[in-house]
Order: sequence, then structure tokens, then C-alpha cells
Amino acid sequence: MIVADKKPIEEIIETTRNFKRLLILGCNECVTVCEAGGKKEVGILASALRMNALNQGREVKIDEITLERQCDHEYLEEIRNVVDQYDGILSIACGVGVQFTAEKYQATPVLPGVNTKFMGATEKRGLWVERCQGCGQCILATTGGICPVSRCAKRLFNGPCGGSGNGKCEISKEVDCAWQLIIDRMKALGTLEDYEKLSPIKDWSTDRAGGPRKVVREDVQL
Amino acid sequence: MTVKTPSKLEKILAAGHLAVTSECGPPRGSDPEAITHKAEMIKDHVDAINITDNQTSMTRMCSLAACIRLKLMGLEPVLQMVTRDRNRLALQSDILGAASFDIHNIICLSGDHNSFGDCAKGQNVHDLDSLQLVQTVRYMRDEGKFLGGDEIKRPPEMFVGAAANPFADPFEIRVPRLAKKIAAGAEFIQTQCIYNLDKFEEWMKLACDRGLTEKVYILAGMTPMKSAGMARYMKNRVPGMDVPDELVKRLADTPKEKQAEEGITICVEAIQRLKEVKGVAGFHVMAIEWEEKVPEIIERAGLYPRPKVV
Repeated sequence: MIVADKKPIEEIIETTRNFKRLLILGCNECVTVCEAGGKKEVGILASALRMNALNQGREVKIDEITLERQCDHEYLEEIRNVVDQYDGILSIACGVGVQFTAEKYQATPVLPGVNTKFMGATEKRGLWVERCQGCGQCILATTGGICPVSRCAKRLFNGPCGGSGNGKCEISKEVDCAWQLIIDRMKALGTLEDYEKLSPIKDWSTDRAGGPRKVVREDVQL
Repeated sequence: MTVKTPSKLEKILAAGHLAVTSECGPPRGSDPEAITHKAEMIKDHVDAINITDNQTSMTRMCSLAACIRLKLMGLEPVLQMVTRDRNRLALQSDILGAASFDIHNIICLSGDHNSFGDCAKGQNVHDLDSLQLVQTVRYMRDEGKFLGGDEIKRPPEMFVGAAANPFADPFEIRVPRLAKKIAAGAEFIQTQCIYNLDKFEEWMKLACDRGLTEKVYILAGMTPMKSAGMARYMKNRVPGMDVPDELVKRLADTPKEKQAEEGITICVEAIQRLKEVKGVAGFHVMAIEWEEKVPEIIERAGLYPRPKVV
């Protein structure tokens, strides 16, 4: 999933200061799972902003809507009839949702309420960890199912570097060395001899280096 | 191993001499004398001088410019190049720039992570990794081509090196990793600073048993300790460093004013022991901001005078 984290309330108060009629727009997908932008967080954020406005002696109307998704036209259409009632939308979906909403409703400012972090998994409740950077050319088959692009601080294809110690990365004792994990997994799979195969120079044109990306699937287009 | 480049370092190694290299860190400023002064101190005692590339991720005068300063002094530079700060376009371009000044040695590294330095908020690049940079230089030299496939007019003639850290984890892949660097095209290796001599010898034996020392020249990395405090710092704070407790104790048991001298003695003793280790082709003496001590270490270790080659 796409993992996001809440923006500091001070930042949100500042960016929404001039709105008199604000819609807080949640998303029922990834950001709900990572507890940053679902229905529950919409409610909490709305209460906080209302309380702040009250304390400041400002009158604001804050409404709450959570869509099934903000990255699909059909769900975003659900607010078409009410958008005009607001002078701003605070989307607490990921950056994709914020942008898709903004593209659809050109005349209404759409602001982000979360910081979109990475593609990751729930290690345990309250702990989400990065697992993929969407480089566009998956090599997990050759690295024991562990991704050096997202998990090695230097994204080495032929690691580990000299900074690997006791299974940890040189940047922090809190960070696992991806190459230690790869080697451990290769051992468990009985494929450690593959370690000596040189990983070829990466084609990064499928990564962000190649410009904005798209996937075109004519076979499924209507 | 046959000589493939005009590198003086390569010739000395190929002639069977124990080579001696050292290194100078460029300044955090633009004063050329910061480099030339350090080089003057060591030039008669070493065969080649590494110039570090923004070491510890602190912004410094660029390695290439500092190498050119050495070249203008008639010395033999080893261009250190890390993959942290430049993509393949910039790396190849800098390699050509170095080749235009007939810089004949390069060592390919990934570099310390940028979070350690003064640009922790900057991007890191890592378009290639260190092994792929080794491959790149070899390809440019041997095939006379850019990675993109076009022909290079007057290709670089560089003796290509890589680093090895026998002390990083996991130990079991440290020799396979050396083999991998050789397979990528590394012709010489400079190791991480060696303090745990037993472990280094174990690594060397495994490398010898696999025949790797027949394929690559291994220069043992030596850094004298200035004090017990430095030894503790290296032990506890520097990634990938293996400093045995006995060494820290030996320095700590020495009166403070004599610790530096003791550090030099420890370094000399280590070189003397490692000179006898099969497969050790020379020494890379990294006296960090202590270049004035390099001549003494090299003389006391019996590595002076340096051989002449043509």
C-alpha cells in the first residue's frame, strides 16, 4: 500500500487559515490502513480544526466526507454536487488522491493533509515499513525476494558495502542491512552461489529518471 | 600479471615490489597549498597518492582537481571516485577529464552514506554501484567505448582499483565479494584499515586458497592511531571498523604524551608482520591529517627507499 503520515496540525492550521468553508476529504484505501487519512482521521482532524477556530474566535464550516478512493474518477464524481459549497478541500489521501481531486475540481483549492511516504507494509500496528520504490523493473527474482533498491541505503545492486555490521546498515542500528537479509535468504534457499553473479548496470529509465510514467494496457481499455 | 597501463603503481606491483601508497584528503576550501603541502611531505616515500572523494560525505575540493595538482607536481595520483555523488554521465565525463591529464590510477567506491556529512538533506545518486563503476572504467579502457556504446577518442588508460573491507559483515561473503570485484575488473585492492591482524590473515588465506591473489594486487590498509581516544572512536563509531580491545588497552596504558608515538610503533609492527603474509602486495598508509608521520612509518617498516621504475 501507499503509506502516508499525518502532517503536523500546526501546518494544517496555517495552510487552511483563510478558508471559511472547508471540506476534509478522506480516502478509504491505503491511508485508512495506515491510519493517516481514513474516516476516523477525517473526524479527528475536523474536530481539531473546529476547536482551533473556536478558540481563535473564527467562524468556519468544516464538513467531512470519506470516499472509497480518490484515485478513481467514479468515486471523485460523488462530490461534484457539493464541491461548490466549499472554498477549500483538505485531502488526506496520498499525493495521488490530492492531485486527482485537484485535477477534477479546477476552481477549488485542494491542499494536502498528509505527507505521502512510500510503498510499504504493516510490520505491526503503528509500524509501517518501506518495501518498494516502483523502479519499474523488478529484480526480486535475483535477490532472494529482498529489494536492494528500497531497502539498501545506497541501493547497491552488488552489495553489501563495507558499512554493514552485525546485520545493520551503517546509517543506523535501527536499519537492517538489506544485503545481509539477501545473503541470509539465499542461504535459506540454498542459492548462495548466486551471490557471485554480477548484477548488471541498471536501466533507470523505467524509474523516475525517465520522466513521468504511465502504464498503457490497450487490452483492458473500454 | 602483465602491465596494461602506463601507471607507475601498476609497474611497481608487476615488478614484484611491495608497493606503498598513501592518501591526502582535499581541503574544505580552495587553497591549492593544502594539497601540495601534504603531498610534499610524503612524495619521496610513496609510489602513488590517493586523493579522497568527499570523504565522510563532507563537501571538499574535488578529487579530480586535487589529483591534477599532484600531476602538475610530477607525482602519481590515484583518483578516488565514489558513486554517491555522480550519475554515469558525470562519472564517465570525470574519468575522461582525469585521462586528459594522464591520471593513470582510479579506485572505485560507493562512498560513505550522505547522512554522515554536511549534505544530509541532499540527494544521493548511486546510479551505479562500486563494482559497476569498476566495470565501467574497464569497459571505457579496454573496449574504448562509452557505456552508451559510442567510441571514445583517446580512451582512458587507467589501472583500476577497488576497496575491500575484510572486517565488515557478513564475513562469509567477504572473500566471494573480493572475487566478485575481481570479476568486475578490479586490478588492485586497497583494504579498510587493518587492526585485527588475525582476522585479516584469515581473510588473506581464504583469498589465496581461491587463487584470488594471483589475479589482483592487495594493498593492506594501515592507519596509525594518534591516541587511545582515537582508537575508541574508531572501534565504536566508525562503520565497518574492527579494533581489538588489546590495541585500545595498549594505547590506554601508555602515558598520554607517548600515545602518538606508540600508535606509530603499533602501525610499524603491523606492517612488518603483514609484509610476510602471502598475497600482500603492498601497503596503503592512511595517516588521517597526520601525513607528516608517513615517512617515519615507511622508513621504520623497511619500505624505504622506494623502487624506481620506467
